[in-house]
Parts: sequence; C-alpha cells; structure tokens
Amino acid sequence: MNKLKQVKNIIITKPQKLDCGKEIYNFPISYETYGTLNEKKDNAILVFHALTGDQFAAGKNPITNKDGWWSYALGSGKAIDTEQFFVICANVIGGCMGSYGPSTINEETGKPIGTNFPVITINDMVNAQYNLLEHFKIDKLFAVIGGSMGGMQVLQFVSNFPDKAHIAIPIACTSSHSAQNIAFNELGRQAILADTNWKNGLYEQNKTSPDKGLAVARMAAHITYLSKKGLQEKFGRKLQERDDLKFSFDADFQIESYLRYQGSVFVDRFDANSYLYITRAMDYFDLSKQFNGNLSAAFSKTTSKFFVISFTSDWLYPTAENREIVIALNAIGTDVGFVEIESDKGHDSFLLDVPDFLDTLGNYLKTNYKTVNEKRI
Amino acid sequence: MKKEFKVISELILQNSKVLDVGCGDGELMKFLKDNKTSKIRGLEISKNRVQNCLSKGLTVVEGNAENDLQQFPNNSFDFVILSQTLQAFLDPEKVISELLRVGKKAIVTIPNFGYWKVRLNLLIKGTMPVTENLPNEWYNTPNLHMCTLRDFFNFCSKREIKIFKSLALKNDKTLNLSAKNLAWRNLESQLGIFLIEK
Repeated sequence: MNKLKQVKNIIITKPQKLDCGKEIYNFPISYETYGTLNEKKDNAILVFHALTGDQFAAGKNPITNKDGWWSYALGSGKAIDTEQFFVICANVIGGCMGSYGPSTINEETGKPIGTNFPVITINDMVNAQYNLLEHFKIDKLFAVIGGSMGGMQVLQFVSNFPDKAHIAIPIACTSSHSAQNIAFNELGRQAILADTNWKNGLYEQNKTSPDKGLAVARMAAHITYLSKKGLQEKFGRKLQERDDLKFSFDADFQIESYLRYQGSVFVDRFDANSYLYITRAMDYFDLSKQFNGNLSAAFSKTTSKFFVISFTSDWLYPTAENREIVIALNAIGTDVGFVEIESDKGHDSFLLDVPDFLDTLGNYLKTNYKTVNEKRI
Repeated sequence: MKKEFKVISELILQNSKVLDVGCGDGELMKFLKDNKTSKIRGLEISKNRVQNCLSKGLTVVEGNAENDLQQFPNNSFDFVILSQTLQAFLDPEKVISELLRVGKKAIVTIPNFGYWKVRLNLLIKGTMPVTENLPNEWYNTPNLHMCTLRDFFNFCSKREIKIFKSLALKNDKTLNLSAKNLAWRNLESQLGIFLIEK
C-alpha cells in the first residue's frame, strides 16, 4: 500500500457523472508513461489495459517487480516503439493500482471504500482517462490501442471522442459482452462472494482476505485465456513431480499445479473487490445498446482509422465478434483494416510473443504515423 | 508492375472510391494509392497477404469475396476490382452480382480459356490445358469455372450487365475488344479486362 503512494497520478477535480447516476470528483487516476512526448505532441498513444492489467504496461512493474503486462509489444524497438511514441497507460477506475477504486481509502473513515464504491462501466473508465489528454495538453492522440477489455475501451473512446485519435486498434475484443463472457465473469464473482473471508467486501476492516475465492476466480478465468490445443501441448496429462497418480486431491497433474500457482500469485497483486467491479463493468458493456442496437451509429462521427485484430484460437472473444465491429464500420464506410492472426495461444495471444501479431502491429503504426504526418505538412 | 494492373489503373478515375477484391500483396492498391486515389480498400483471403498489406499502410480486411462482400452497403464504391479470380469462386454469378451491388462499376479481368494455345493443348494432347497463365493440373487447380472472352460476353448480355469498356491483353499488348472482333480476340489474347455496370 505504501508503495502505491509513489505511483504517478492526477487528481480529477471536476465532477464526473457515472452511468449509475452517481457523481464523483476529486478522485485519483494513476498512470505511467513511456517514451517522450515530442514538441508537436503528435506522437502520443493511449494504451488501455485489460481486466487484471494496470498502468505498468512495459518495463518493470515497481509494485510487483514483474515485467509489465505488455512487455512483448511495448518498449524500445518493440511494436509500440517508445523511441518513436509517447505511450500513456492509466489504471482504470475500479482498479487497485492507485486509481480510484474499492481499495481507495475513504478519508473520513480511514478505511477502504469497499463495496460502497459505485458500480462503474467501461464508459466511466474511458471518460475518467480522457482527463489525461488535458493533463498532457495533447489535442489529438496518434493512437488508442488495447486488447480484451482494453479493446472495449478503445471502441468506447472513439465513440465518445470521435476526433481525438488518428488510429484506433481494438484487439481481441467485442462490442458487446456475450452470455458466455458474462457467465465466466459471474463464476469468478461467485467464487469471491462464496469465500467467507470476503465479509461483504469489508475484508480489510475485518483483517481477512478472500484469497481462496479470488484465486479460484483467477484459475477459472485463466483457462478461458488459453486454447485447448495450447493447454494440451504445454501440459497434456503430464504429472507434477511424481511418477504416478497419488489417489488423492493433491495436484497430480501439471495443469492443476499451474492453475494453483496462477491463482496464488494473482491474489498478491490484485484486490478482490476490484475484480468484482471490473468484471461487472465488462458485463455491462454493450456499445450497440448505447446506440439503440445500431453498432454503426456508435462510430458515425468518428474520424479515426481502425485496425481490428483477432486470433484464431481465441474462443473468449472469437473472430466472429471482432468481425462484427469490422462489419459495422464498413457499413458506414469507415477506414477499417482487419486481420485474424494465426496463433495457438488463445485469448492471451495479444500479450504473448506472437511475431505475426507484433510485426503487423509495429509496421502498421510506423507506416501510418508517417502518413498522418505527411498529411499534416 | 504487371501490364494488367496498368490497364486497370487507367480505367479508374482520380479520387474515386475503390475496392480491390483479392488484393493480394497490395501491389495494385499501392500503385492506385500513390497515383489515383487515397480512398482505396482491399479484401483478401490470405492472412499473410493481409498482414503484408496492413504493414504497408493499406487498408485491407481479411475475408472471402463470396461471404464478406455483403458487409459493404450498396454503391459504396465507385469501382470494385476483381483481378483473375472470378473463375476460382464456387458461385461466380453471385460474386459478379455482389460486385455490381457494392460498386457503381466493376472491373473484372479474366484469363481467357479461349486462347489458341489452350485450345490447341486440349485439341492435340487431349488433356486439360496447362499453360503459363494456367499452371495447375486439373486435379489441383483452384480454377473451378474457367471461361472464355466470348463466354463472358454472353454472360453479360444474358444477365443484362452493361459492358462499359472491354480490352484484351495479347503478350502484354493492349488491344481493343468488342463484339465485332471478338472471334479473333478470343483466340489471340490471354486476358480480358472488362469494365462493367448494372
């Protein structure tokens, strides 16, 4: 918690009306930047993180001491090249890495806000982050990029602020959370709520922590980020440090041990209430509903050029759902490119070393940065 | 650049909206973008080629003309280009009608199965023709619906499709092509280029 005091943040003083009807003000947005903003301020990219991400997209995360979540794609000489671009990434509101969220301390009580935190939406997250443009006095971003929930934020951002980004790159996402998406999120939430240590969200006050519930939520979600083929190739039926089955409920199989590990390290860095709030925001995401069922209308004013990317083995946000975004954009003549990248790594492909993806993304950004600048001259 | 692409680009008006169906590595798109119009899109079935195009800054959507043209509204392009792929579709008739729905005009190029070498090949050897332009054997060819220049003329008249302009390529030489000289052109040229509209 003390470490969190060192993360960069801005305090948003002006009131923001949330979708739930409540108004918030004087709240923090924590962020990190990479690269240098040039004089013309035309090289800024806003990167949106996914469900369990944070502002530390590249380099070492100072809180967890692990590599940033997008280290493969973002950095010096990488696809999103910080030698060329100035990258801003903010922790979403509802998150637990310094931005206003359920673990924010209520000044009056000295305790975390917990479930008194309002239910937020992707729209609320994006509107809060928009303040960063004013903070950096950036008139127009070169690009907005994000995968998964980050991609949803990209879509919402260009819909809300149609002339604030030259390029929009939603990756492995959807314009509307499916029943299956909601089902998996609900499974995770129920795992947390079923943990007796959750204490109606007031676990800090009760000096407990719903680690078991949050770990199970993470384990279930983690399966949805991988592909069956990927799992089979990596783990198959391999046993965990044993020669034979033990006829017990220990982790006999490597996959069990792997999932348990993923669950256990996750609870060290993530807040259970944040998990509830952010998954809820994702479930509520339905961009076409915001425009009376017409997804194209969400983009009718946008001047951004789009590049939609999906992955063959992603069954959480499958190609068909990404394609719906492309179809809606083509229906109104928007400039949209689309490719489905071949990968066995499932939904997580966008976070991993998938050369076809990284090369295409990198080249796309470089070529278009050149074109956008030429146009301006 | 291929002679065929040069001829196609000459048919396209400055600053018009263009869709290149089966744009490959984007060679024609790039040329049109640099010389004719910035409003150019591509549709391509091969992932690698789509990636190449996007890397070059060309706006391309991965997809197949038989299913994915339907996402474009009526008359959303001034020109829709289909270069030497009509014969590879399961339902060329449907593709043509989609091209003419999406585009105000379509430019369709056709490898001519009526070319004398092709005819001779079948006549003399008695086997399915294998030529420079049609290099595959009958059992592995992607070309399901080969046709001749005359066949395409007949098709257009049956379907009441207007042929706005037609040209033939004979060893990279552009020749005019019309109903009058069709018999001869159908024999001597490897490729037909048609600018059509509904």
